[in-house]
Amino acid sequence: MDKRRIDKEIEIKAPVARVWRALTDYREFGAWFRVKLGAPFALGQTARGNIAYPGYEHLVMEVQVTAMEPERYFAFTWHPFAIDPKVDYSQETPTLVEFRLEPSPAGTRLWVSESGFENIPAERRAEAFLRNGEGWAIQVRNISEYVAQNP
Amino acid sequence: MRLSQGPARSIAELSAESRLTRQAMTKHLRVLERARLVRSRRTGREKRFAFRPDSIMELQEYLAAVSAQWDGALERLRTLVEEGS
Repeated sequence: MDKRRIDKEIEIKAPVARVWRALTDYREFGAWFRVKLGAPFALGQTARGNIAYPGYEHLVMEVQVTAMEPERYFAFTWHPFAIDPKVDYSQETPTLVEFRLEPSPAGTRLWVSESGFENIPAERRAEAFLRNGEGWAIQVRNISEYVAQNP
Repeated sequence: MRLSQGPARSIAELSAESRLTRQAMTKHLRVLERARLVRSRRTGREKRFAFRPDSIMELQEYLAAVSAQWDGALERLRTLVEEGS
């Protein structure tokens, strides 16, 4: 297993068309991803909006849609925690988020992967989490989940 | 007052400021200390923790945190789709 990417697989009790809509409709995506996107996703275009996660509301998230193959594959690139207005993140290689869908007996099997983390400068990883005033609380919550999964 | 600002603080003080129990806070501080994000110093009977401002987060810790965020997001997706309209 490649330890420099994140891979998730979940089963959702709903038809593929319904899950596809939840991923690619910008308002539905925003509801579960917690971002207030201003416009629909479009291939090759940048979708932009403020994070709706408590403590991070001042952060703007930008994603560039790289693939939209109806009801099977949706992908975008973004810069996780691109939070410093003085930094030109466009010079950094973004990470790639990919969603793959397949019908399953229970409804839909969804795979999500995020890759390209090795491209984030080391000094930005800690900064991204700890810069924000609420970062400590968020960090601790995340770490608590990590600790629960890795006793 | 948070760990990222000001002087080193004890587990009791940090737990009081958060919703975590002392036991949970101790576990978290241990993980963060291993990740070299915080350092500790024993003063008398108690350990005090301070943020390391130039710390580098190891890739594995970073991935674990991002992975946990994805878990939360995907649960919200599942709930939205299975329980919503």
